[in-house]
This record gives sequence, C-alpha cells and structure tokens, in this order.
Amino acid sequence: MSTLIAVLLSLATIVMIVGLARKARQYRATPAPLKIPVTPAPKTTGGVVLRLAKEVIFFASLFRSNKWTWLFGWMFHVGLALAFIRHLRYVIDPDGMLGFMWPLISLEVVQSFGKYAGFAMVIGLLGLFARRILVARVRYISAPSDYLMLLLIMFIGFSGLMMSFVSHVDIVGVKTFMLGILNLDLQELPESAPLMIHLSLVALLGFILPVSKLLHIPGVFYAPTRNQVDNPREKRHLSPWAAKYDATRGSDKNAAAQ
Amino acid sequence: MADFEVPELKEYPVVPMPKDGVMSHLSPFVAKPEFQEALGYPGNKVQKEGEDPKYILIDGWKEKAIDKMGDLLDRYRGFRVFMDSCVKCGACTDKCHYYLGTNDAKNMPVARQDLLRSVYRRYFTFAGKYFPKLVGARDLTEDVVDEWYSYFHQCSECRRCSVFCPYGIDTAEVTMAAREILAHIGKGQKYDNEIIGKVFTIGNNLGLPERALADSLEGLEEDIFDDIEVPVKLPLDKKGADILLVTPSADFFAEPHVDGLMGYAKVFHATGANWTLSSKASEAANFGLFIGSYENMQRISMRIREAALELGVKRIVYGECGHAWRVGYSFLNTLAGPFDFLDQSYPIPQHICEYTKDALDQGLLNIDKSANDDMVLTFHDSCNVARASGMGNYPGGQFDIPRAVIKAVCNNFVDMEPGTTHDATFCCGGGGGLLTDDLMELRVKGILPRASALTNAVKENGVTHMAAICAICKSQFTKVLPYYGFTMDQIVSVHQLVSNAIVLESQGEEDNDSDDDDAEE
Ligand code: HEM
Ligand code: SF4
Ligand code: SF4
Repeated sequence: MSTLIAVLLSLATIVMIVGLARKARQYRATPAPLKIPVTPAPKTTGGVVLRLAKEVIFFASLFRSNKWTWLFGWMFHVGLALAFIRHLRYVIDPDGMLGFMWPLISLEVVQSFGKYAGFAMVIGLLGLFARRILVARVRYISAPSDYLMLLLIMFIGFSGLMMSFVSHVDIVGVKTFMLGILNLDLQELPESAPLMIHLSLVALLGFILPVSKLLHIPGVFYAPTRNQVDNPREKRHLSPWAAKYDATRGSDKNAAAQ
Repeated sequence: MADFEVPELKEYPVVPMPKDGVMSHLSPFVAKPEFQEALGYPGNKVQKEGEDPKYILIDGWKEKAIDKMGDLLDRYRGFRVFMDSCVKCGACTDKCHYYLGTNDAKNMPVARQDLLRSVYRRYFTFAGKYFPKLVGARDLTEDVVDEWYSYFHQCSECRRCSVFCPYGIDTAEVTMAAREILAHIGKGQKYDNEIIGKVFTIGNNLGLPERALADSLEGLEEDIFDDIEVPVKLPLDKKGADILLVTPSADFFAEPHVDGLMGYAKVFHATGANWTLSSKASEAANFGLFIGSYENMQRISMRIREAALELGVKRIVYGECGHAWRVGYSFLNTLAGPFDFLDQSYPIPQHICEYTKDALDQGLLNIDKSANDDMVLTFHDSCNVARASGMGNYPGGQFDIPRAVIKAVCNNFVDMEPGTTHDATFCCGGGGGLLTDDLMELRVKGILPRASALTNAVKENGVTHMAAICAICKSQFTKVLPYYGFTMDQIVSVHQLVSNAIVLESQGEEDNDSDDDDAEE
C-alpha cells in the first residue's frame, strides 16, 4: 500500500509539473498579435505587475463583480494557500537543500494559522458548492466536472481536518514517508484510513490539474486583456506572424482584390 | 410597432432568471457568395433563392471549421488562454446587456463562450476527447453551427463581461473567433461583409462616391455660412494639409452625426488648422474588427496610411466613432505603421476630443456656454472607447476628456448612475456589427440597461439629452430609444455641443483662406 501511494504521488507530481509547464510554454509560444488590454490599463510594466498582483492576491475583479462569490472563493483560496504552506513541513528536511525555509515554516503562527485555514477552505468550498446548486444562472453553466472538482477538494479538506482534529496520525511517520519518496528510499506510511484517502485524492487532483479548468492558474498570468501594457500609440506592437503581413499589405493587394 | 415585446423599464436593475433558447429564432441574414469571396472567404452555395434565401455550408465544412479553430488557437494567445481558463464561477453571468434584456441563458457571457468551448474541448483537449459528458464537450454538428451563427451575432463585442471576469476572459475575442470560423465555412454575415465590400470598392461603409461626398461637404459649408456667416471650410483631398481627419461616413449626413462633423470643422477653423478629409479614407469605421478578421482589418486600415502619404499630412485625427477609435488607438500602429513620416510631437492617431481639449486648454476657443442652456446633458461612454482604448496620456483619460469637453461648453451636466458609466458602461445594444434591421428585436431588447439608466437620470436629475462619441451608438439610440418613449433629437454628438457654443469671428486678412492654392506645394 505504501508503495502504491508513493508511486501515485510521484507520478501525479510529475504529471502536474510537466503538464503545467507545457501549457505555460504553449501560452507563451502563442503570439498576441494585437494590443487588447481591457482599459483603463496601466501604461507601464510596473503597473501591469501591480494589476496582476491585485487579481492574484485579492481577486480584485471578482470583488467588483460579485461579493458572495468573492467571499467564498477567496476564503477557499487563502485557506488553500495557508494549508499548502503548512504542508511544506512534511517535505522539507531542515538539514536538506531547502532547509533555509525551515525556520519560517515551523513558526508557531504559520502552523496554527495553517491548521484553522483548513476550515476556511472547506467553508469557502461549501459556499461555492451551494452557489452552484442554488443560483439558477450558475447551475445552468455547470457541467458535472464543476461539481466533482469542488467535491474532490472538499474531501481532501475533510480528510485533512479529520486527521488534525479527530483521529490524529503519526505525523513524524508521514514526514519520514514523504522524505523517503524524495530521497528515493521508500519508507512505510503510518496506518490510517483518512491518510490513505487524503493522499490518494491529492494524487488524483495532481493528475487532473493540467487537463481541467484548474488551468486558470497559468491562465490568470497569460491573459492579454490583463497583462498587456497600454502603450500602442507610443510603441509599435508586432508579433511574429503579424510582422510577415507587413510585406504583403498595401495598395498592391487592394488593387488585386478589386 | 414590433412583432416582439418591448421589455418593461424597471427602476432598479433586476437580474432575470435564465430561460434557455428564447432568442434562438433570431439570426442575421447570411452574406451572398460574392460578398464572401470579396473578403477572401469561400463562397457558399445558395439552396433557396428569393426574399429569404437559404445557404448551405461549404463541402467539408466540419473539418474546415475545426482546422480554422486550431489555426486561431495558434494565432491568438487570448483565444487559447480564454478557452482553457474559465472556472465557471458565474461572475459574468449577469453582466451582459443582451442577457439582461432578453433573459436568454445563452446570452450569459460564459454560456456564449461555452457554445464554442464545448467544441474546443471535444476536439482539442484530453478531457473532452475521452470524457465528453463529464466536462460538457460536444460534437460539432450543423445544429451547433446554427446556434453559433445565432448567438455569436447576439454579442456586440462590448467587453463588459471581461471587466468583471477574474481572468479577464473577453467574450468579444471568442465571438470574433467564432465569426471568423463561420465565415470560413460559408456563413459570413450579410450586413458586415457587404459593408466591408463597399469600403474596398467605394471607400466608405455607406457606399458614398467621391462626387456625392464633395457635394455634401459643400452643402455643409453653405449651411454653416447661412447659420453664422463665417466661411468654415470642409476641405476634401487637399494635398499638403497638416491634418487628415478620418471620420465615420455617417458623419456626412446622418443626424445627429453631421452636427458633430460641423463641430470638428469649426474647431479646426478656430485653431487655424490646415486640415482635410480624404475620399480614399472617407471612412473611419473598420468592420474587419467585428468579424474578427486580421486580414480585412489591416486592408481597411491601410487606406488611412495610403491617404496620409498621398496627401502628405503630418497628423491624423479621428472623428467620433467608438470601434474606429479602438482600431485607431490600439491597432493602427500595428496594422498600418510605423508612422515615422508623421509629426511625432502629437499622438498618432489623435482623437478629436483630445484635439479639442488641447485647444480649450490653450484658450484657442471662444466659448459661449449659454448656447447649450436649453439642455441638461448626460454622457454615454461607448464600449470601445471606454474598455478598449484610451485618450490622453494616462489610464482613464477616455472618461475625463470627453466629459471635460462637454463641461467646457455646457452648464448642465450630470452623469448617469454608477455601474452604468465609465468602464462599467452598458453597450448601446447595436455595436459589434449588429446595427442592422434584421436584428431589430435584439437591438430593442439589448438597449434595456442603458434605457433604464437614462430614464432614471431623466427622473432624478432632469436630464434632457444624452451625448455620445460613437456613430453606431448615435444611430442605434436615435432609432431604438423611441421604443422607450424618447425622441430622436434627445441624442447629440459631443461636437454638436461644441458647435453650438463655439463663437467664431470672421477672420481677417492676416489669416490665409484655408483653401488657398498655395497650400499645394
Ligand atoms: C495563482 C493562483 C490562483 C488564483 C489567482 C486563483 C483564482 C481563482 C479565482 C478568482 C476563482 C474564481 C472564484 C471562485 O469560484 O472561487 C477560482 C476558482 C477556482 N479555483 Fe483557483 N486560483 C488559484 C489557484 C488554485 C489552485 C492551486 C487550486 C486547486 C488546486 C484552485 C482551484 C480552484 C477551483 C476548484 C475553483 C472553482 C471554484 C468553483 O467551482 O466555484 N485554484 N480560482
Ligand atoms: S462582450 Fe458584451 S455583448 Fe458580448 S457577451 Fe460580453 S457583455 Fe455580452
Ligand atoms: S467570470 Fe470569467 S471565469 Fe467566471 S464564468 Fe465568467 S468567463 Fe468564466
């Protein structure tokens, strides 16, 4: 069983990282031939960084758009982020390469914040799930995968909270197991049903991530409507395929077409 | 008046319950084969002739549609990213004026995107290939094509949804891609394609030939002279002029557009500018944008570059037109640049509102505001100016500059309620290539949010007139606001207000008459 989970987790991590990297590379390789920032838009690169930071950290546009969705969505993501940081303690060896991060991660605030963040995450998810069912407009646009995705993350959260607050697991054993995977020296996973479920679902999430709407993670950084500098009059913007058209455009073409 | 129900105005915005497919009966006329071919698209086949002709898709349409989708995915980063990144959060669902006006679920921006996304997922993604039901992917069929044709012509590409989307997903980009795919399988839209055809053959959207244009400009000069006894000129094809004005052809005779044109002429007169219109570029509008065709948009834009070169001008100024300003401000440099032959000390191109604002700031205009005292004004931010371009040299100049111009020439100005102006402005309901009678039902329903906000401004602030800086907005409003109890003359051009208030004195000898032949070197 330990071996199976170890293999699943490793594969999922590889699929997720390679999948996301390929998608990001594909986005970067696709040209944006025209300036299409949604205006008013920043006129400098620094301004664009700020604009994106506001979107990524605060979900600024969503806040403007719908307060309930923002509230639940933000709770979920912040909870997720904090829980994620807390989880780093399982994979970072204080004496290893990333050991320099250890003092930060082991801080009391980080660890206890992370613990309760799990609740914020699950409450946020429940709110989003309820919205999906109760608001007719959102129900209309939902496919089965949209519900399942929420359920999947919710169950990851439930099983995690179980371990934190109900049936405690041997976290030293978990850490030994995780570091074992990283050092290619397989160790036994502590016996615990919630832990098995938790880790299997996390692996499943990793597999799904690069082939699902979770592509909003790279997507948010690559949308030309948000990441372009609004300076079309000041600086000529020309993508590679559009540049080829420069040679063939013009009056000759007009005359030929008439 | 109409064979559909005109929606009721409500005091407070009400988000309707979605009703699936209540607008599926509405599609615009399909372009004839010759107008397809003139734009570089395959000609379709006629299945039934007559008043309501039917066309069949070209052979192999399915593969060609999918190939075209793949091509566009590789060409436009926005389209590709938008296809992937929607999380179905629903934030955009209540933001579209067509949804608010028609209640049709498929007019919710994300639902509109999904018409295309479902097919994208089926043919281009792992999940859609192997688990189509799970992720809402579907095969491309003729019914799907019909649905695309209907609902991608119920989007005015106004970008309001994009403002509110956490990822900036722009349904306008999706609509443009869809229209481009449709045109490539023989389903181009008649109104848009015929207009582009006219631009190529005659020079402007209205098919107004050079002679007729010269005549109407002369007529306008006479009108102005009769009115104020000042010889304000509207020169055409004047070689060696400093400024080329490109303006939507509706400005040459439609009301209230033409009053705006006279306003520009008076401002140029007052600033002593040596300016001209061009018969070659007698149209600022660029419907290539609406059909999502880079090639056609570029071809149309090149007329402006060529006219500027032929006339030897130093500056290009755009008249009041929303989408033309988007193409001018955001794309012209890319499509038809570089403009190293123009005077670099002015923005290239410049908006007439920027020009007038500068003139006001420099004290070059003599203004009598009381000339507009019979009106209480409000201002409609046109989508393409508000959300797809800019003015001045800071973000948001496109909101302040037209308002500054209005306030400089009028004593009474109030904004409509927040959430309906600036970057959250509602479309007039006729933008994006939909300003055609075959879509009248959509236009009447889609104007609802704007009509409600305007009605509230009338009730609360005694607003009597609404000014706009877009030819399409003005045409749509004058035609459709009467369904809601307004009269045509309540819509005004911004430069019509300038025209009313500007005081011109007959200029003396020291100022060369502007159509002096010396100007041609
Ligand atoms: C750069 C980091 C991220 C940003 C900026 C971001 C942003 C957003 C935003 C704005 C929403 C829409 C609001 C909502 O429905 O909650 C959303 C939805 C969602 N996000 Fe993220 N997200 C990020 C990372 C992640 C990660 C790492 C996951 C999970 C592994 C995730 C899972 C989801 C899910 C499942 C939804 C859909 C919620 C629903 O169904 O209503 N996100 N994200
Ligand atoms: S671009 Fe405008 S018309 Fe099109 S879906 Fe978005 S809000 Fe509606
Ligand atoms: S707001 Fe954006 S992410 Fe949310 S449903 Fe609409 S298009 Fe999708």
